[in-house]
Amino acid sequence: MARNKKEVEIVNEANENAIANKETEGLSQGQIVFRRFIRHRAAMISVVFLFTLIVIVYTALDWRIGDKDEPLFTIPGWWKYGFEDMPDLRFEDCPGGTVGCPSIDAVPFLDGDGVSLGDHPFGQDDIGRDYLALVMRGAQRSILVMFIIGIIAATLGTVIGAIAGYFRGWVDAILMRLVDFIITVPVIIIGAVIGFHFGNKGAAFLALLLGLFAWTGLSRLVRGEFLTLREREFVDAARVAGASNRRIIFKHILPNAVGVIIVSVTLLMSGAILLETALSYLGFGVVAPDVSLGLLISTYQDAFTTRPWLFWYPGLFIIAIALCINFIGDGLRDAFDPRQRRRLSRKDKANARQGKSRAEVA
Amino acid sequence: MLAYVIRRLGALVVILFGSSFLLYNLSAVSTDPLAELRLSDAPNKEQLILNLTRELRLDLPPPLRYFIWLRGVLGIFVGNPNFGLTREQEPVVDAILGAIPTTIRLVFVATIVAIVLGIALGITSALRQYTRFDYGMTFFAFLLFSLPIFWVAVLLKQYLAIDFNDFLVTAKISPPWIIGLSIAAGFFWAAIISGTRKRVTLIFIGVFIANSIFLTALSASEWFSYPRLGPIAIAVLGVGIAFGVTYLSVGLSDKNALKTTLLMAAIGTISYFPAQAVLNSNRPRLGMLVLFVVLVLVSIAGAWLFARVDRGPVIRTSIITSTLIGLLILVDRMMQAWRPYVESDDVNYRPVATIGQSRVWLTEVPFWVRVLDFAMHLILPTLALTLISFAGYIRFSRGTLLDVLNQDYIRTARAKGLTERTVIMRHAFRNTMIPLTTIMVGDIAGIVGGAIITERVFAWQGMGTLFNKAINTFDLNLLMGVILFLSTLAILANLVADLLYSVLDPRIRVGAGK
Repeated sequence: MARNKKEVEIVNEANENAIANKETEGLSQGQIVFRRFIRHRAAMISVVFLFTLIVIVYTALDWRIGDKDEPLFTIPGWWKYGFEDMPDLRFEDCPGGTVGCPSIDAVPFLDGDGVSLGDHPFGQDDIGRDYLALVMRGAQRSILVMFIIGIIAATLGTVIGAIAGYFRGWVDAILMRLVDFIITVPVIIIGAVIGFHFGNKGAAFLALLLGLFAWTGLSRLVRGEFLTLREREFVDAARVAGASNRRIIFKHILPNAVGVIIVSVTLLMSGAILLETALSYLGFGVVAPDVSLGLLISTYQDAFTTRPWLFWYPGLFIIAIALCINFIGDGLRDAFDPRQRRRLSRKDKANARQGKSRAEVA
Repeated sequence: MLAYVIRRLGALVVILFGSSFLLYNLSAVSTDPLAELRLSDAPNKEQLILNLTRELRLDLPPPLRYFIWLRGVLGIFVGNPNFGLTREQEPVVDAILGAIPTTIRLVFVATIVAIVLGIALGITSALRQYTRFDYGMTFFAFLLFSLPIFWVAVLLKQYLAIDFNDFLVTAKISPPWIIGLSIAAGFFWAAIISGTRKRVTLIFIGVFIANSIFLTALSASEWFSYPRLGPIAIAVLGVGIAFGVTYLSVGLSDKNALKTTLLMAAIGTISYFPAQAVLNSNRPRLGMLVLFVVLVLVSIAGAWLFARVDRGPVIRTSIITSTLIGLLILVDRMMQAWRPYVESDDVNYRPVATIGQSRVWLTEVPFWVRVLDFAMHLILPTLALTLISFAGYIRFSRGTLLDVLNQDYIRTARAKGLTERTVIMRHAFRNTMIPLTTIMVGDIAGIVGGAIITERVFAWQGMGTLFNKAINTFDLNLLMGVILFLSTLAILANLVADLLYSVLDPRIRVGAGK
């Protein structure tokens, strides 16, 4: 009996392989990866959610183009207050004699009225500034920092890792010693040294400098990939055909290493948003009068017992953004991993039995 | 091997030179210690500026100042190192040496808990791949990855310190809480053990009922006000530990091992009574050591007595069992200190501390009360550090175990007819531990660096505080001391990780082929 069962399993496995192969028939590598990614439910939800969040966050406040006080041109945001406006503090309806409590009413019907935002959905801070506007501004800064660090680190890490891995020899030795210099010091320390001295020059500048120190891990990874890929036959073929070094690096080897790069850049970005908030919390990142999520938490952590909303909203935004990025990274890793085999659903097997490939069905 | 180590140590010196040069100049160029003085309106402003300039050698360009600093540090090779003075004229070495124990205490427990829990959960998750438990764990790990530690810390302070202290006033668990906790426990165990739907339902109901009765009993007997274990609970837990450890270590089919561990449980329970005397003596630290040594010796003797062949695994199992029971006795001793601790004037019924590393006692207190005080101060920071660092272990051990389970030797082991326990614990788990060990060692420096924020949130006086102070007071000597310490730690940890890898995995030879 047991042996029979094993045989059935083996036959099943062979069938599943055949179905999986059929599914990828006639598709390019990019299409296969894209399809796999789309099927990763958590990652897709995260993509949609993060995109929506970014749009909401960046359209919330007025954009003033040109001079700050006398703008040439203003693009109005959907929210009525700016983060520097100081409307009157709300006193009525607040629990326990606090001021500026959130006016959001998210409970439908049960309390007799519907869902409404009210004047200050997230409440107000000490001096009456609208907390929704502050959180939106903070989220804008944090997302901006995250993307700048991600882009700079990705570019630097890829280029330096590629050059070191491709040319080897003394170029490699020098570049990797440079990596060693930077990687030995914990990131938070480098960040704090930089943040303390340049934090007042604005979030974008801070992010730029942090990006200059965040590429080391990625460059080691890329170097490793290049060291193995450069020995492969297709690289020899390209070289024999007379391709230049630059062409081999960017057209032949890099596309093969792109999976590793994309995955580790997403993880780097989720690390970056936490780094920025941690630095701002310590006082070494974005400083007042500008706003960032870490700074908001740091400022109002003592108000937690009396006015918890000042603490909850920025924290939830940080978690939401970082969580989305992490899930997208996970989805990308699964999509790029050639060993990853999806578990077949009953519907796939039925389709396969009828001799249809996935491509035809879709 | 030796040549390899020497070469790596040589590289260490070069790297430290490079990174310290980089950071020294970066911080020196961008700071201006005189800025504050220039804006001041003190009458002797000029003189103050001149003094500070002379004191910090500001008349020299930063690279030159770096080499002056370096000359002092290089004294380490002739036995006369000079890391300079802090701005308060205290030697940097003293400041750092004073801060290290605090940071180690903070990091040590958290790291151990994170490793043990993380690996346990990660392995369970891998063994239950693609179940609800696995997906739940994945989500949990990602959630922890995304949590800023300072945010978690504030929540912990509110709910685990302030609210828990309020709870301890009455120590009564309300029915909604009992039901809620029992439902959670039921879901957790049902998801881990899994099986057919009927089995899952049965497990859920069983755990729910057992947990409710347990919590109700705790609440009714005011256990949280008067916590204690006593010999009976130690005996029951001891038997449980004996079975659990034997199952995981050698399997219950090994009767010799089971007999030995059960004997250890009995001896452990009996030794509870002499242990009280030893621990209450004037020298409790020595008492702890004696207790531990005696238990280990007895467990070796017991294993020797019962096992005729293949004594090694039995001795190992028995030592683990008796160590765990010994820890229970220590926990019990600390619980006995609970009432005097809580009732003392300094504590005044607020036992879980939110800030600081220990209390400043106005009156003389017994040793165990002091120990309990350390423990109560450790709880929150340890929990915060554990929460954020063990997500990595969950993900990593899950991924590694899944990789290992796909290997041919696992198939061979199963084909030989070995039990599933042996395949998992002996063949798979050990190979999972190889990359995990190196990751753990490599993480140490990162964790010490990460403790900077934790120290700030919980107001501990460790390395992080020194670092903050150094940056905020433009104290270059102190700053460089901290950075040098951390980066040396990081490089040494990496070296140890590489060496460990070659020891654990004979396929990898360090220093070969270069």
